[in-house]
Amino acid sequence: MYSFDYERPSGVNEAASALGEDDKFLAGGQTLLPTLKLRLSQVDKLVDLGAIGELKGIAKSGSELTIGAMTTHVTVANSGDVKSAIPALGSLAAHIGDAQVRNRGTIGGSIANNDPAADYPAALVALGATVHTNKRSISAEDFFVDLFETALEDDELVTKVSFPIPEKAGYAKFPNPASRFALVGVFVAKTASGVRVAVTGAGPSVFRQSDMEAALGSNFAADAVSGIKTDASGLNSDIHASADYRSHLISVMAARAVTAAG
Amino acid sequence: MSVENGIGAPVRRKEDQRFITGNGHYLDDMNKVGQAYGYFLRSPHAFAKIKGIDLNAAKAAPGVVDIFTGQDMVADGIGGLICGWGITSKDGTPHKAPPHNSLAVDAVRHVGDQVAFVVAETLQQAKDAAELIEVDYEPLTPVTNIAKALAPGAPQIHEEAPGNLCFDWELGDKAATDTAFAKAAHVTKLDLVNNRLSPNPMEPRAALGDYDAGTGELTLYTTSQNPHVARLIMSAFLAIAPENKLRVVAPDVGGGFGSKIFVYAEETTTIWAAKKVNRPVKWTSDRSEAFLTDAHGRDHVTHAELATDADGKILGFKVSTKANMGAYLSTFASAVPTYLYGTLLSGQYKIPSIYCEVQAGFTNTTAVDAYRGAGRPEATYVVERIMDTAARDLNMDPTEFRLKNFIPSDAYPYETPVIMTYDAGDYATAMNMAKDMIDYSGFTARKAKSEANGKLRGIGSAAYIEACGIAPSAAVGSLGAGVGLWESAEVRFNPTGSVTVFTGSHSHGQGHETTFAQIISDKLGVDINSVEVVHGDTDKVPFGMGTYGSRSLAVGGSAIVKAVDKIVEKSKKIAAHLMEASVEDIEHEHGVFSVAGTDKKLTMGEIAFAAYVPHNYPADLEPGMAENAFYDPLNFTFPAGTHIAEVEIDPATGVVEIVDWAAADDFGNIINPMIVEGQVHGGVAQGIGQALLEGVQYDEESGQLLTGSYMDYCMPRADNLPSFRIATTNTPCPSNPLGVKGCGEAGAIAAPAALMNAIVNAIGRDIDMPATPEKVWRAINTH
Ligand SMILES: Cc1cc2nc3c(=O)[nH]c(=O)nc-3n(C[C@H](O)[C@H](O)[C@H](O)COP(=O)(O)OP(=O)(O)OC[C@H]3O[C@@H](n4cnc5c(N)ncnc54)[C@H](O)[C@@H]3O)c2cc1C
Repeated sequence: MYSFDYERPSGVNEAASALGEDDKFLAGGQTLLPTLKLRLSQVDKLVDLGAIGELKGIAKSGSELTIGAMTTHVTVANSGDVKSAIPALGSLAAHIGDAQVRNRGTIGGSIANNDPAADYPAALVALGATVHTNKRSISAEDFFVDLFETALEDDELVTKVSFPIPEKAGYAKFPNPASRFALVGVFVAKTASGVRVAVTGAGPSVFRQSDMEAALGSNFAADAVSGIKTDASGLNSDIHASADYRSHLISVMAARAVTAAG
Repeated sequence: MSVENGIGAPVRRKEDQRFITGNGHYLDDMNKVGQAYGYFLRSPHAFAKIKGIDLNAAKAAPGVVDIFTGQDMVADGIGGLICGWGITSKDGTPHKAPPHNSLAVDAVRHVGDQVAFVVAETLQQAKDAAELIEVDYEPLTPVTNIAKALAPGAPQIHEEAPGNLCFDWELGDKAATDTAFAKAAHVTKLDLVNNRLSPNPMEPRAALGDYDAGTGELTLYTTSQNPHVARLIMSAFLAIAPENKLRVVAPDVGGGFGSKIFVYAEETTTIWAAKKVNRPVKWTSDRSEAFLTDAHGRDHVTHAELATDADGKILGFKVSTKANMGAYLSTFASAVPTYLYGTLLSGQYKIPSIYCEVQAGFTNTTAVDAYRGAGRPEATYVVERIMDTAARDLNMDPTEFRLKNFIPSDAYPYETPVIMTYDAGDYATAMNMAKDMIDYSGFTARKAKSEANGKLRGIGSAAYIEACGIAPSAAVGSLGAGVGLWESAEVRFNPTGSVTVFTGSHSHGQGHETTFAQIISDKLGVDINSVEVVHGDTDKVPFGMGTYGSRSLAVGGSAIVKAVDKIVEKSKKIAAHLMEASVEDIEHEHGVFSVAGTDKKLTMGEIAFAAYVPHNYPADLEPGMAENAFYDPLNFTFPAGTHIAEVEIDPATGVVEIVDWAAADDFGNIINPMIVEGQVHGGVAQGIGQALLEGVQYDEESGQLLTGSYMDYCMPRADNLPSFRIATTNTPCPSNPLGVKGCGEAGAIAAPAALMNAIVNAIGRDIDMPATPEKVWRAINTH
């Protein structure tokens, strides 16, 4: 770790204006701190979002569930509102990393980081969520741009995420045996505006599987997707799984997600 | 009469109180006044010449005390690291042990090789300064794969080892084996890879060097399994200090699995540098460094052939192995794929002729040396995988095929064609016990049920044997060992009756403080809480050989028993004097000395007190009650048993679930069954890790380590493991006074073969470890 300054503002505007060119926001630190410790990244200052009360919490209105950026994975996993509105989202959060990671890691940090193997991006895209920042609102699909890249500008911070409550939704994750991130994760949601299928872990960034969406649109059943293939070119290939295997797993996990959605 | 907390009692581990309450004394917890911090600049290249090192900017950086390179150590007369076991090739030439300097001198040979050592006021400053060191590398083409390294035209890693060959060794009778194969009704052939493993002890290695300019004494606190051996090597071969001026202390050590046996460059550099800067210097490995530099295990490529007759009796066995030694020859590396491997290829079977050849070679990878089991898991894997394959070829049940070929229980001592003399055993009993435990005969019905649910089910066994209790000095000396492998002990009574036991073995998780105290408690009737076990400090304990090869109890425990015998002998003389009887009439049991045929008795405590306050005492006897002993074993010990694994596989994903596990092990007599069970659990967990999850991988082109963190190197976790069924069959070991065999490695030896046999049984095809979901899925889908 290189030395750095540390600031802990109590409001969103203060946090945004505290952030200089070579500074970073600190949320749960589960991704950022290891990279700092390994000297893989260097900052002049960390602006800790932990004292900003308005970034925390979960709220449910008639058709919408809203989760503050600094809400930890364990809070989402244990929330009664999440369980009743989008149970698949609660179970997704309950299977992120391990207990320590879930106690510290946040939804804002996860989506701002946009790790290609993170779980939340699949949920946001499939559910048609909206990411709110201190400057604007961005649709999930526009938010996740590419490998570790989002639509966020330098001094822009995620404040909350709002999810339309779906008719039904399911998530199936095939964990990387070592890291337990998603080797392939498929989130399926049926909402008023149709069916969406979002895939994480398999490509450089989360993506929608439109053939599966079409098939499920006319028949929301596991059998409808288990035979649908995803082109392996463009999928990730590494020591844990080839692109072909990932492509195969998308079909298997999609079917299991549909079954989980009930 | 039995003693509370004596031999056979499942006593809770005395040491755990301090470990689980955060009161252990691990190395990184220790700090000395005036301490500076060391940091190693490591090679980013797998193979490169060092054309120059510019330290100017780095030396001027804030907080830097000094910076050292390999040239500095050479100039100071410091020798290279050694390999302590000499192997002779087929052609009579000794193995090639190229120079191995603690800090690289003119080339780096694996990613992570030590290039310079920065000593600074803080660790941050040392790291900052290291970034300012300019090394002029000329990168060379690396080779990481052993088969490729030994092939013609491979990059030449050391001048001293042409063709990268370290040795080409053989064992057994080639001609007799060829003759047996010529007569065979059937020959089974198998190619196997034994995957390279990273040891991953919970506590990373560390060293704290302390120099006393007044006495000229150097003290190295380090994470070692054998501090005396470390002192010997650093003194005799590196010339860091004479043995009498060098103290090595290994305090609480958080696991080793073999990886802390070895004398490493970081420890030798740290202690040497402490003298150079005349200040205490501390170095602690981080996890990334541990992946790069802790000696790895296994990494064999093997072709094996088994000849059988028309009745399914084994006639002969041929094994040809290529073993990866890594970039340098580590402390005991050469013994692992030879005398700890080839000698176990008879397994539990009567095999008339065996021939084994092993080519070991250098690659641009981390050094490979002993890791839990060391050679014996590799041997068991070859034997037990080919036993299942042959049974399949012969259309026999694999357990029946084994039972048919086991060495019968009346055949002991049994001399194998690979120079081992098995002293005792009862293999069929263990196998039948394991089969009962797992309901082997009910497997067909369970398989049908799994199939109805769309799952594949398999069952597989491994009947392993290991040579433990390492080792009779004369035997290992004749095979090339540079040391004897006896053990030492001192049993010292204090005047008030409590006991301090000094052992040359070392505990880094095994529970010696409890097991050894139980022996004292049992033999001398001392309350277990009044027994202290001291180990790991060359200034406190007599010279000892340390802990590895499941030797602590069989060899170290036997030394304690020898010292106890001397205590009893002396106590009888004192008792006879005090009770006015003749020594021949004194009877002893569990610390009570009585005069035969009378009710006169004295306790051990009373006698010890008399020995220290000898007012009324035999005239010809020395006062005091402390005895030491050295014990050199007469033979290896031969723990053996059968493990059976049952798996269920999801054909859609290739995920293997271990649904059941039965282990029937013969460890001889057992001192603490709870500790033994824990050792079996841990060993099996590591064996499952090897078979299912673990594997060090390098990028073959760049030589970079691809599995350098837990994000990519997969360790077993609780949810990967089943609930184990564990039982023991206890055939006492005839060669040592406790009748014990050792249990530390058995699980890691048995588990990989049992689990892979179960997977192969389920999917009907051979695959190599680790059986990752993708590999299993591909095997299922390429029928
Ligand atoms: C062992 C381990 C296992 C894990 N397993 C999983 C898993 O299975 N699935 C999974 O999805 N994830 C997993 N993670 C990642 C985990 O979910 C992290 O919590 C998450 O990626 C980052 O969240 P954080 O709150 O810790 O963010 P931090 O690490 O603090 O920050 C991450 C990045 O986001 C930026 N940032 C943080 N908050 C904001 C904000 N509000 N606005 C703008 N930028 C912001 C930071 O500046 C930084 O660049 C794992 C992590 C670990 C260490």
